[in-house]
Amino acid sequence: MKAIRLVVILAIMAVILYPLVWMLGTSFKGQQEILSNAGVFPEDFSPGNYPEGWNHLDVNFGRFFLNSTLVAVAVVIGNAVSCLLAAYAFARLRFRGRGMWFAVMIGTLLLPGHVLIVPQFIVFRELGLVGGEFPYLPLIVPHFLATEAFFVFLMVQFMRGIPRELDEAAKIDGCSSFGVFRNVILPLSRPALVTTAIFSFIWTWNDFFRQLVYVSDLEKYTVPVALRLFIDSQGQSAVGPMFAMSVLSLLPVFLFFVAFQRMLVEGINTSGLKG
Amino acid sequence: MALTTTERPTRHLARPPAKRRAGRGTRREGVAGYLFLSPWLLGLMAITAAPMLMSLVLSFTNYDILSEWSELKFIGFDNYQRMFTEDPTFWHSVQVTVLYAVVATPLKLAAALGVALLLSRNMFGVGLFRGLFYLPSLLGGSVALGIVWFTMFNRDGSFNSFLGLFGIEGEGWVNNPDYALSTLILLAVWQFGAPMVIFLAGLKQVPQELYEAAAVDGAGAIRRFFSITLPMLSPVIFFNLVLETIHGFQGFTSAFVISGGTGGPVDSTLMYTLYLYIKGFTDYEMGYASALAWVFLAAVGLLTVVLFTTGRFWVHYADGDDR
Repeated sequence: MKAIRLVVILAIMAVILYPLVWMLGTSFKGQQEILSNAGVFPEDFSPGNYPEGWNHLDVNFGRFFLNSTLVAVAVVIGNAVSCLLAAYAFARLRFRGRGMWFAVMIGTLLLPGHVLIVPQFIVFRELGLVGGEFPYLPLIVPHFLATEAFFVFLMVQFMRGIPRELDEAAKIDGCSSFGVFRNVILPLSRPALVTTAIFSFIWTWNDFFRQLVYVSDLEKYTVPVALRLFIDSQGQSAVGPMFAMSVLSLLPVFLFFVAFQRMLVEGINTSGLKG
Repeated sequence: MALTTTERPTRHLARPPAKRRAGRGTRREGVAGYLFLSPWLLGLMAITAAPMLMSLVLSFTNYDILSEWSELKFIGFDNYQRMFTEDPTFWHSVQVTVLYAVVATPLKLAAALGVALLLSRNMFGVGLFRGLFYLPSLLGGSVALGIVWFTMFNRDGSFNSFLGLFGIEGEGWVNNPDYALSTLILLAVWQFGAPMVIFLAGLKQVPQELYEAAAVDGAGAIRRFFSITLPMLSPVIFFNLVLETIHGFQGFTSAFVISGGTGGPVDSTLMYTLYLYIKGFTDYEMGYASALAWVFLAAVGLLTVVLFTTGRFWVHYADGDDR
C-alpha cells in the first residue's frame, strides 16, 4: 500500500516537474538540437545560449536584472514597514472605527488590481511620475502605503498569536503604544516580516501586468518585460537564448524557494496566501 | 508561524479581531491607533478609493489619454451600451474568461485535494514532496513559464514529440483557436500547489477519532472520504474555491505571453483583463476601459456573493458558530 502510494506520488511529480526540467535542459541545447531533440537532456551540452541571450537585445540583461532587483527590494521594504504599522493598529490598539476599517481592509483583499490600473495610471501620469529617468515610482509608492492587504492580514493574524501579557508587562514598565511596538511587537514579528518579505519579492519579481503598463524605455525594462520581447522577435534561432534567459529569470525565485521552503509553505498555511 | 496554523482561515475573513476587553481604549491609544494606521489610510484613499471613484466617473466619458482634459465629454451610458449591444469582442472575452475559470478552477482544486490526500500521511520524503508540488505555484505566473508553455505546445514542441511516440500527429496547439485556451487551463491546473498546501493544513485538523469510529462501524475508505473527509474539509474547500475562482478571472500574464499580447489566435485566449489592457493601453480608450473595469468589478462582486450564498448549503462548520 505504502509502495503504491509512493509510486503514484513520484509519477505525478515527474509530470509536474517535467516542464521545469525540460526548460533547463533545452536552455543548454544548440540551435540545431532544439529542432531535432525534444527530450529533456541535451546531447551536446552548449552553454552558449546564455551569453547569447544575455546580449540578445540592444541593452544587456544585466541592466534588466538590476532594474528588477531595484523595484523588488523597494517593494519589500515598503510592504514590510507599512503593513507592519497597519497590522499593529488593527491587532493591538483600541480606537474608534477600528472594526469598520478592518472590514474595509478585508474588502480590499478581494479587490482585483486590474480594476484600478486605468485610473491609477492617469493619476500617476498627471503627477508626472510615468516615464522619465525613474519610472518605477508608480510600482513602488503604493507598497509604502500598505495597499497589499494580504500582508496586513497576515501580520494581524500573526500578532494575535503574541501573548498580550507581554504588552501589559511592557506598559507596566512604562512603555507607551510606541514603546510596546518597538520593544515587543517588532522583535517578535520577525517570522511574519520574513514571510512578507519573501512573498513581496517573488510577486514583484514575477509581476508583469503593472511593469508592462508603466515601463516603456528599453533601458528601464525589468526582466519580465524584456523577456516578452523574445516572443515578439521569435525566429527559431531565438529559442535557446530565450530559454536561457527564462531560466535565469526564475533563478532568484528558485533560490528563495530552496532557502525558505518550509517557511513559504507554512506562510500560506496561515493565511491562504497565493503563490 | 506555527502559532496560527491551527486556526481555520475562512473564519477570519468575516471577523475583526476579537475585542479583548469591554470599553474603549484611552485617548492616547486612539491617537496612536490612527498614527499607525495613517500610511494604510492614505493608501486606501489615494491608491484605492480615489482611483475607483475616478474610474467610475471616467466610465461615463469618452476620455482617451492622448487628448486634453478639456476635450473630455460626458456621454452618459454610451460606453456600457456599446459594451453590451455593439461589441461582440466584449462578449467573446467574457465567454473565454468564464470558460477558463469554470474549467480550470475545479480541475485545479481536484488535483490539489487528490495530491493532498496522497501526502497527508507521514512518509519518507513527504516534506520535500510538498515543497516540490508547491514550486509551480511560485513560478507559474511568470513570463518565463508562459514562454515555456508556448514552446512546449507549439507545432514542433515537445508535447507533439511525446504524442509522436504513440503515432499521433499533433498540431500547433497554441496556434489553434480550438485548443489555445486549453493550454492555458493546463498551465493554471499545473499550479495546484498553493491550494494543496491549504488542503493539507485542513486535513490535519480532521479528528482521527472520527475515522476510527467509522472504521469500527464498518465504513470503507470511500465511505469515509465522502462522509468524513469531505464535510470536515468543506470550509477549506470553500475558502480555496473563492480564492481560486477570483484568481481565475484575473488570468493575464500567460494569455498575454502565448498570444503575443493579442488574445489570439482568433481571440481564443482573449481573457477579460487582457481585453481591458488592450482597450486602455493599446487603443487608449480609457473611458471605455474604465467601463469594462467596473463591469468586471460588479461581476466579481456578484460572484463572491453567489459563492457565499450557495456556500451556506454545503459548507459545514464543526463548531456551528460561524453563521
